This record gives sequence, structure tokens and C-alpha cells, in this order.
Amino acid sequence: MEMRAAARLPAPAPPDRGEVPQGPVAIEVRGIGKRFYIGARQSDRYRTFRDVLARAVSAPLRRARSLIGGHATGAAELHEEMWALRELSFEVEQGEVVGVIGRNGAGKTTLLKIISRITEPTEGSAVIHGRVGSLLEVGTGFHPELTGRENVFLNGAILGMRKAEIEAKFDEIVEFSEVERFIDTPVKHYSSGMYVRLAFAVAAHLEPEILLVDEVLSVGDARFQRKCLGKMGEVARGGRTILFVSHNMAAVGRLCSRAIWLDEGRVRLTGAPRDVIAAYLASDSSLAGEEHFEGGLSRPGVEDFKLDAVRVRPASGEPTGELEADEPFIVEIEYRVLERLPQTRVGFLVQTGDGIIVFDAYDADDPRYLEYRDTGSYVARCTVPAHLLAPGRYFLSFNAGIPGIRNLAFAEAVLAIDIVDTGAVGAHFKAGRTGLIRPLLEWEVSQ
Amino acid sequence: MSPDGRAAALASDSLPATEVPVIRIEASRGWVKLGLGELWDYRELLYFLIWRDIKVRYKQTVLGAAWAIIQPFMSMVVFTLFFGRLARIPSDGVPYPIFNYSAMVAWTFFANGLSQASNSLVGSSNLLKKIYFPRLVIPIASILAGLVDFALAFTVLVPMMLYFGIVPSPNVVWLPFFLLLAFSTALGVGLWLSALNVQFRDVRHTVGFIVQFWLFASPVVYSSNLIENDLLRTLYGINPMASVVEGFRWALLGSASDQFKGPGAMLIVSCAAALLMLVSGLYYFRRMEKTFADVA
Repeated sequence: MEMRAAARLPAPAPPDRGEVPQGPVAIEVRGIGKRFYIGARQSDRYRTFRDVLARAVSAPLRRARSLIGGHATGAAELHEEMWALRELSFEVEQGEVVGVIGRNGAGKTTLLKIISRITEPTEGSAVIHGRVGSLLEVGTGFHPELTGRENVFLNGAILGMRKAEIEAKFDEIVEFSEVERFIDTPVKHYSSGMYVRLAFAVAAHLEPEILLVDEVLSVGDARFQRKCLGKMGEVARGGRTILFVSHNMAAVGRLCSRAIWLDEGRVRLTGAPRDVIAAYLASDSSLAGEEHFEGGLSRPGVEDFKLDAVRVRPASGEPTGELEADEPFIVEIEYRVLERLPQTRVGFLVQTGDGIIVFDAYDADDPRYLEYRDTGSYVARCTVPAHLLAPGRYFLSFNAGIPGIRNLAFAEAVLAIDIVDTGAVGAHFKAGRTGLIRPLLEWEVSQ
Repeated sequence: MSPDGRAAALASDSLPATEVPVIRIEASRGWVKLGLGELWDYRELLYFLIWRDIKVRYKQTVLGAAWAIIQPFMSMVVFTLFFGRLARIPSDGVPYPIFNYSAMVAWTFFANGLSQASNSLVGSSNLLKKIYFPRLVIPIASILAGLVDFALAFTVLVPMMLYFGIVPSPNVVWLPFFLLLAFSTALGVGLWLSALNVQFRDVRHTVGFIVQFWLFASPVVYSSNLIENDLLRTLYGINPMASVVEGFRWALLGSASDQFKGPGAMLIVSCAAALLMLVSGLYYFRRMEKTFADVA
């Protein structure tokens, strides 16, 4: 792999469990496709009789007109159609932990929704062997007026647990959630962190044969995220089949035995997580040092925040991904706030071709920018000092959100940077350097 | 892996094959099975949803569960004033308040059930988009949760009957049957409206009107004895609530006046009508179900 050669950092290899899957099949997906009509889905969220009547009258006319005008014919023209998934086929063996990665809108969530039977495919079929537990969101069905205890039972039942099962695991769930003292308080009085911890604790004790997990780990604080990942690892070792959608490349690399890269609704690549992640990160991140998002980028459903452009350039120069190790470089993020947002942070992550995150940085790290963001356009500029990253290739992902509450936008690995080793610390000796960072430290040698 | 290899792997699997459910997912076409067996598998979820509805319903209200009594009772007072006193509508030989209230308990259960069910899917869109379960659970739970309100409203009947000196007839054992008829009607129509409501939010604005219209189309404020033609009275049973209301009066007040003849032949028409609404509602609901997560 070209990419892995470029990122020459000796990252610890993830365990190559089950490269050649053995056991019986757990999930069999054959030629799955899912079509959405964009007109009906986004612009008008629901229809009224009037619209339908109006369309019933106007559609034949419009179709007739387009026929006369010699345009393409058919219903597809009347509503714009979009295939979220197309001709998707893959298999998951029992006991495999498969990571699904891909850009926003690649169809990852739609895939999970089809396998968990929340929505139907438009074409194709899938066969699932075993009970499916899906975790597309933590705390589905939580009711603010009910106490923590009551919500554990309600949420457990919604996730498909039996009452007896919940009772047996109740103490364990409460202990995992770390909210013992407030278990009889209505959850509307919980902090968002407590709420998420309790919700995840219930989900973590779900024991179906097949577990489908969407990006639920992106909430909660880092320590709790680690705890959850640990729990998932435990579940995986217990022989359960897991399909895991994530943007957390390091987690995919560590937990999964195989990765599937979805691109525009199709499988682009499948194989050992290390290879798939490397190819994915390298795919369209450019070394041009600049990326514009037309119309603004945000998570589905987010209307109050748009990421417009990201840029990387040397402290004294034009945007480029080729950076000298001995010169500071600047990361610029242009974004718009369309409605006043509380305690938002906008920043970026630097990761290696293996998905290891070297560091992340946010504008709100500076206490001056911790406050509300008023409506308007912003440019966040961050200076990364010289002699920080070791020479090699890195990928920048951009992230905006209200910590622990809401994700606003995520642009994964859109920019690549090459830290060129001329002038890097220790560059005069060509060999024998290692590590993700290469700081210029002070030495004093005495005799 | 070759197909043969997989077959061999499956055969060598030590797990008992019957233990692992196999689910086939594909686009459904045309009419789908009702899947009532699956509904039974999810009975605990049904129980928890009902329990949640009951727990939450009167949270942060001052009068709490008293609302379950106030609502039908105040309606009865108003109707007694206007229809009993001013319009002097005949009340089959018993005082108008008890004549009206015995119908009102059944009616309130039906009317609340119908409007709750109609809005239930839209109100649970978050669940529909995130979790799989038989969607039928939602409207069913919303109607069954009304049974608690029904029981509370029903308790007021006891002092009222004592006050008016009415002893229930042995026919009172038939009450659950009439309640079931009211439930089936509310569910049948509720299934239609809830599924339509996902597509067309017009429904939400229509439900109040439908309920109001239906109230006056049912013998709640008047008696079905006003219809003298036997055939017409039988056909009146097309509205199953006519039989429910007359059935309630017959079962509760039958000993106080011989004018309560019960629904009679009307009941057959009503049962057929309710069954038709329920079965068609079930099929329509199941057919539309696949679109719920995408448009809710």
C-alpha cells in the first residue's frame, strides 16, 4: 500500500484476529439498495392533502410537457431520487467485529437501519442469523419525567431486553453508569453527562447475538468513552457479532477484525482494518492545503451551523499540504453560525494513516472563545508550532460541536499534510528516529 | 468462502439451529402478513409503554388523576343542563345525569383512545427511527393506557347509582364485552388515522372534528329509542359506538327501567362494522408501516 509507506510511523499493529473468517454466517447482505426521494424528504418534511391534490393535477401536465419538450421521461424526474445504498453485498461471519467507515452520507446509518429492520430496502435482501440489538442512539425512549430507575426499565424494554433480564442486571447497570445517587431522580434533572452515562450503561448490557452500533461513542467525556470502548471489546471477545459504524479510526483499528469502507452507497474496500483505514484516509484528502464545502457542511439535521472551508498553510505563505518541519503552520477554519449557539467548539484532529490521533485542538481551548457564538461568519486560525509533528504524512479532520450535547459538523480527513524532514530535528542523521512527535527540546550535556 | 464451505460450517455448528432466529429482510410488496405472533413476543414492551403513558400522563398537574374524572363528569353536567333540562330530551325513564354519565364513561374511553392513537405514531417518531419493534405496539399501548382513566371515571358511577337508587342488573357481567367493542372500534379507526397522520399531518387537525361529530352520531346525549323504525335502528349499529353506549346503559341501568332493551340486533351490525374497521385498519397500517421510519 502506497499510503502505508508514506506514513512511516511505526504504529502498533492492531491484532489481526480472524483475517480469514471461519464460523457460520451471521449477516448476509445481497444487492441491497435504498432509494430516497429528495424532494419529499428534505424540502417539505411532510405532505398535506393539498400538496398531493396539487401534484395529482400538475404531474401529468408536467410529464406531458417534458415529453413534448423532449426531456428524459418517467417519474424519477418529478421527484429527484437519490440512492443512499446501491448493489451492496457483503457477509459477516459469526463472532466477527466489523467496522464500517466512510464519509458523511456514504450510507452507513441507512445500512444499519436496514439490517435492524427500522426501514426497508428498496431492492435486494439480507438474511440475519440471530437476535439483533441495535444501538443507533443512546437513550432512545428516555422520558425526562421518569426517574433513572424507571428509564432503565423502559429503555431496556425498548432495546429488546426482557424484564427479568433487566432486573438481573440492574445493579450492574447502575454501577456502570456511576449515577447511583440519583437513580430515583427524574432524568430531566440530570446533567447531560449523567444522562448519557445512564443511557449507555443500559445499552452496554444488551446481549443479543448481533449488535449494531452507530456512532454512539461520540458523546460523553473521554474517560467514559474509553470505558464504553472497553465494554465493547469485552462483548466482542464474548463471541458476539458486532457491526460498528464509526468515525473513530483508532477505535475501529483496535476493536475490529475487519473493516468495510462504504463510498456512495457501495462497498469500496473491505479487509484488515489497518489497510482499509489507510486507504480511506488517503482517498480524497488532498495535499492542496485547501478544501471548500459548497453550501456549507454540517451533520444531517443541523441547520444552525455550516462549515464553509478549511485550509492549511505555512505561517508565511499560500495554502499547501507540504510543510517544513521547522516552520510553524496555520490551520484555518471558516464557518457560519446561523443561530446563536451555546459553548460551541470548532477544531481539528491530526491523525496518522493508521488512524491514530496525534492530537486534537479546539478554539474553545482558549478561554476567550468559550462563550456563546453569535450569528455570523467566523474564521478560526490556529498556529501549530514548528518542531511538533515528526516528519511524515498526517490527515486533518475537522469537527464542530457542543461538547457532550450535539455534534454540528464533521469533515473527516479532508486535508493531508506532509511534514517534510528537511530542517526537522535530528534530520542530519538519516536513520534511527521514531515517535509521533519530534519536539525540539533543550539539552545540556556536561562532562 | 464457497457455498459448500458455508454449508459445511453451518452443519458443524454446535449451537442448536432452532435457537437462532433467522430473519429475512427484503422489500415487501402488496399486502403483508399481520404478524400478530410477533406482537405477542413484544408484550413486555407493550406493557412498559402503557406503564410509561400512565406514569407520565398526570405528571406536573395540580389535580393529577382527578382529571380522569373531571373530564366526563363536567361534560355530563353541561349535557344535563342543555339536553336534560332545557331541551328535555327523554332519558329512557331514569334521571338524565345517570343516563348520560353511564354512556359518558364508555364514550370518554373511546374518544380519548381514538385521539391518542391517531397522534401516537407521530409522537413516537424518535422511537420509529431508531429501534425496530412491531409498530402496532404504539397505537395499541396508547389506547390501553386509557383503561386507568376509564376505571377512575367508572368509580364515580357507584355513588351516582346509590344516589339515584339504581341497582345494577345481572347483565353487568357483559360490560367487558362492550368495552372490548369500544376498544376494537377505537383501534380500527385509530390505526387508519395514525398511519395516515404520518403521511398527512392534516389528520391531526381532523381528529377533534371527527370525535365531536361522532359524539353526536352516537346515542350519548339522547337515546337510540328515538328511532322508532326497527330496521333503521338496526342499521344505526353501523356506528359501533351506538351498541357500546346502549350496551353500557342496558348492563348498568337495566333494572331501573324497562326501556333499556340493550343493543339487540344492532349489536350484530356493530360487531361486523367494528371487525371491518379493525381488520382493514390492521392491513392498511401494516402496509404503510415500512414508510414510517422514512417520513415520520
